[in-house]
Amino acid sequence: MSGFDKVVSSYEEALAGLEDNMTVLAGGFGLCGIPENLIKEIRRKGTKGLTVASNNAGTESAGLGLLLEDKQIKKMIASYVGENALFEAQMMSGELEVELTPQGTLAEKMRAGGAGIPAFYTATGYGTPVGEGKEVREFNGRQFILEEAIHGDFAIAKAWKADRFGNLMFRKTARNFNPMAITAGKVAVVEVEEIVEVGQLDPDEIHLPGIYVHRLIQGTFEKTIEQRTVRSA
Amino acid sequence: MALTREQLAQRVAQEFQDGYYVNLGIGIPTLAANYIPAGVQVMLQSENGLLGMGPFPLDEEVDADLINAGKQTVTMIKGASLFSSAESFAMIRGGHVDLTVLGAFEVDCQGNIASYMIPGKLIKGMGGAMDLVAGADNIIVTMTHASKSGQSKLLSECTLPLTGKGCIKRVLTDLAFLDIEDGKFVLRERAPGVSVDEIVKLTAGELLIPDSVPEMVL
Repeated sequence: MSGFDKVVSSYEEALAGLEDNMTVLAGGFGLCGIPENLIKEIRRKGTKGLTVASNNAGTESAGLGLLLEDKQIKKMIASYVGENALFEAQMMSGELEVELTPQGTLAEKMRAGGAGIPAFYTATGYGTPVGEGKEVREFNGRQFILEEAIHGDFAIAKAWKADRFGNLMFRKTARNFNPMAITAGKVAVVEVEEIVEVGQLDPDEIHLPGIYVHRLIQGTFEKTIEQRTVRSA
Repeated sequence: MALTREQLAQRVAQEFQDGYYVNLGIGIPTLAANYIPAGVQVMLQSENGLLGMGPFPLDEEVDADLINAGKQTVTMIKGASLFSSAESFAMIRGGHVDLTVLGAFEVDCQGNIASYMIPGKLIKGMGGAMDLVAGADNIIVTMTHASKSGQSKLLSECTLPLTGKGCIKRVLTDLAFLDIEDGKFVLRERAPGVSVDEIVKLTAGELLIPDSVPEMVL
């Protein structure tokens, strides 16, 4: 076993150390590319009081929505929560704190978190509720607001393929927030469809180097489709 | 007659130019992809991380890993590329997208747009809309001119929480195509069969009417 071998043997081990009131960054867009088995493990563990940053909150029956049923999430940082009535009900009643964050800002907050940038200026949200209370600065005649980086005690993410060192490849639009979430997690846990031996991935085709990955596990995935839309031949 | 959703999409698509990278929001904007003019090639950007979005898949082509920003299954055209959300918004914020089309609840003659929440009623979130309106120079807002009860959605000042401030210059409604210039709506085109008077009645914000306001050609 190499010190670079990131593979763990169970989902329990993958999330060992995750405790109540921690912050978790989760990859996925809608239900596409979500770490579905890691979410189920959090549900099984019953960890509570979590702050979760993820673009969406899943649906009532899939993804992060599963953690809402048992009220495991205290605060959600997301850009779009329209597909989940349970989410809306908990938000309206005040049980669930929500920080609506523009999608690009959320992606950049995670990217910055992983890249050692404490904050950045963006025009996104200036003059809107998102910009309230934030520092405003003018550059080249335009107003920008200061947004701070985000870090996770844990990151949970899904990739397509990995080698044992945690070098990752993603597939199609299942990439989305996964790479940034991983880089900003103090403990970055990634589940994949396939783990290959070291040397089997072309270094030129690795989307995210294993340096960012701490724990790796192979799983099987349901890949629920939210909006199955087809055309006729 | 007010434009139908399809006619709105058709009129928007007339703004597509060959070689444009275009981001189309959910709803009517997405329909515009069905009316790309002959001889014009556009590359559709889907902010979840795809440039070169194709039509919906055939049943046997459906791939759970390939969706658009509305979470619908899609396909890719030849020449497509895939990337992360950070990369996607770098191209949006960085002004690399040539045209953005999105919907709204309200716009006002200061170029403000409200599209993501109705306090106490509807909280869906802004998704990528705030980044899109802040990052793009060339934006068309598609919306209905007034509510079903006849309340104008083209206001002197938005009443709902803003998605973006001072960033909208063109609005296409079911009744008219308007520019926003110097704090006023400017009536550029009318929907076929819709009179200037009807538009005036349903526009709450200050409206400038040029000498000639042609009908849209669809």
